[in-house]
Amino acid sequence: MPDQARPLVQARDLAKTFDVSAPWLNRVLERRPRQLLHAVDGVSFDIAKGKTLALVGESGCGKSTVARLLVGLYEPTRGGLQFDGQDAHAAFKSSQGRALRRRVQMIFQDPYASLNPRWLVEDIVGEPLREHGLITDPARLRERVGELLQSVGLSPLDMAKYPHQFSGGQRQRISIARALATEPEFLVCDEPTSALDVSVQAQVLNIMKDLQRQQGLTYLFISHNLAVVRHVSDEVGVMYLGRLVELADKHTLFANPQHPYTRMLLDAIPKMHDTGKARTPVQGEVPNPLNPPSGCAFNPRCPLANDRCRTERPQLLDLRGVKVACHAVEEGRV
Amino acid sequence: MSLLQVKNLVVEFPHRRGTLRALDDISFDIAPGEILGVVGESGAGKSLTGASIIGLLEPPGRIASGQILLEGERIDHLPHEKMRHIRGRKIGAIFQDPLTSLNPLYTVGRQLVETIRAHLPVDAAEARRQAIALLEDTGIPAAAERIDHYPHQFSGGMRQRVVIALALAAQPQLIVADEPTTALDVSIQAQIIQLLKRLCRERGAAVMLITHDMGVIAETCDRVAVMYAGRIAEIGPVHEVINRSAHPYTQGLMAAIPDITEDRERLHQIDGAMPRLNAIPPGCAYNPRCPRAFDRCTAQRPDLMNAGATRAACWLHDA
Repeated sequence: MPDQARPLVQARDLAKTFDVSAPWLNRVLERRPRQLLHAVDGVSFDIAKGKTLALVGESGCGKSTVARLLVGLYEPTRGGLQFDGQDAHAAFKSSQGRALRRRVQMIFQDPYASLNPRWLVEDIVGEPLREHGLITDPARLRERVGELLQSVGLSPLDMAKYPHQFSGGQRQRISIARALATEPEFLVCDEPTSALDVSVQAQVLNIMKDLQRQQGLTYLFISHNLAVVRHVSDEVGVMYLGRLVELADKHTLFANPQHPYTRMLLDAIPKMHDTGKARTPVQGEVPNPLNPPSGCAFNPRCPLANDRCRTERPQLLDLRGVKVACHAVEEGRV
Repeated sequence: MSLLQVKNLVVEFPHRRGTLRALDDISFDIAPGEILGVVGESGAGKSLTGASIIGLLEPPGRIASGQILLEGERIDHLPHEKMRHIRGRKIGAIFQDPLTSLNPLYTVGRQLVETIRAHLPVDAAEARRQAIALLEDTGIPAAAERIDHYPHQFSGGMRQRVVIALALAAQPQLIVADEPTTALDVSIQAQIIQLLKRLCRERGAAVMLITHDMGVIAETCDRVAVMYAGRIAEIGPVHEVINRSAHPYTQGLMAAIPDITEDRERLHQIDGAMPRLNAIPPGCAYNPRCPRAFDRCTAQRPDLMNAGATRAACWLHDA
């Protein structure tokens, strides 16, 4: 297959299960069973080079676990990940792991927790360059750190400061500069702007878009904010309790959402310019992932649920031009 | 008459090298039953305004001048013991994180009964009956059973319902809600906002809703105050402030919010950041970031003045 046509990132049936059982002694004495938490349960998607896939969903739906699987912080329980045609998790364990890690970087949510407060910005941004042996000459290293800071709108003089001397938005830009240091092709961004104020969020989102255009970066963008997702993404995946329920092109998803959960999420967003108009609240809450409902996980909250939804789990199917996991859509009951 | 009046409130934090002025000449009022939104970025002074009203300003912070009046009576200089009776009885408070505003060692019932009996002359059985009714009102299923559960047995959204029940327990006339939905998912957020709105309307309680989320303000409030660097930049009816903002800061803020209904290649960005308290520029605090600043903005500080249907602290509107 020519390189152009092959997606940069291909996730196939990715799953991650955590063992959250009680300690062995309690299990034996109290006869409690083992308990498994299916944080991510069979998620598949492709991301083409230079594009952005956004994952949205409520807390606990497995978005961040997917992010950690993609950068190799977790090993999948099932399924696999192909990065540029090679099996990523096999590569992470082999001698090529280092080379692959250079190409995949991550930006975390909280810029207060992700920067070492005792390090100078120069060391924070320069560490990946030294670690990967990309630049060894100290003068050249400093020059490169200066360039990186400039590319995210900071001054090269800032490298002599500590993280506490910066505001939240500036710190997040330092995180971006560090992630860009190794010239990665794929950036996994886990809620990069949700800790920031809106005016600062706009600055960071604009920088991320500019960098994507200049350097052809590919993003996986995780957020719970659908308006932000609409702004940055090309494709959107909606997750619910560890599974993808809808995966569609951005314009299709926002203009014509199919899955009842996607519709509810879109309805639940406050409409800024129609003041005083109440939104339609989503009924109920996310069920306990330790004890998910049978059939479709969304059925207790779904207005369209019937007996089939309560017993048979829907697969992600190509329906009406998008991928959607819903019996009601498949049967045309919507 | 206004339920709450805040007049020229100044809050200062003394420290080793001088004094930081965190709130500078804040004035507004809230009518009975009205919902006033207070919006702004982190550090603008929203929460401090709320804390001053409920008398929970953290030392060394202090009210340096100005007045806070509840039903025409000053409450800003009351001794702690007196303020404790007003807090809860006349002013209820809801905070951002429901887990830290509930005591994890007591059942929610015990906390509700304690609050009701501290403020209202009822016996234990009547207080418990009221507590169950309150929990039912806030939409907690099987309230009679859930009342004996501990906070950790509730989900985040349910916990925030308990906190709302606690705030309403002694039938206060004013609720100060500081970021009540920020820790919640968007679907639960809508439920909580509607609940807060309905309960306050039914009981005729006024609300001061502090949030950084313009969307929440838009659907909930009657009027909104936009804060910047310890001052009110603009205040007015919510529809006017959002759709016809008069202050360049409000305009910038509105344009920076990504909109769910339209595609934009780039978001409008306000360059720079809000000044630190020890480096507030002379004149209008927004002037270094303002695209329309002129000589007067760097020399003279604007007070709130009429600007169309709203009031804005901006020289562009000086007739």
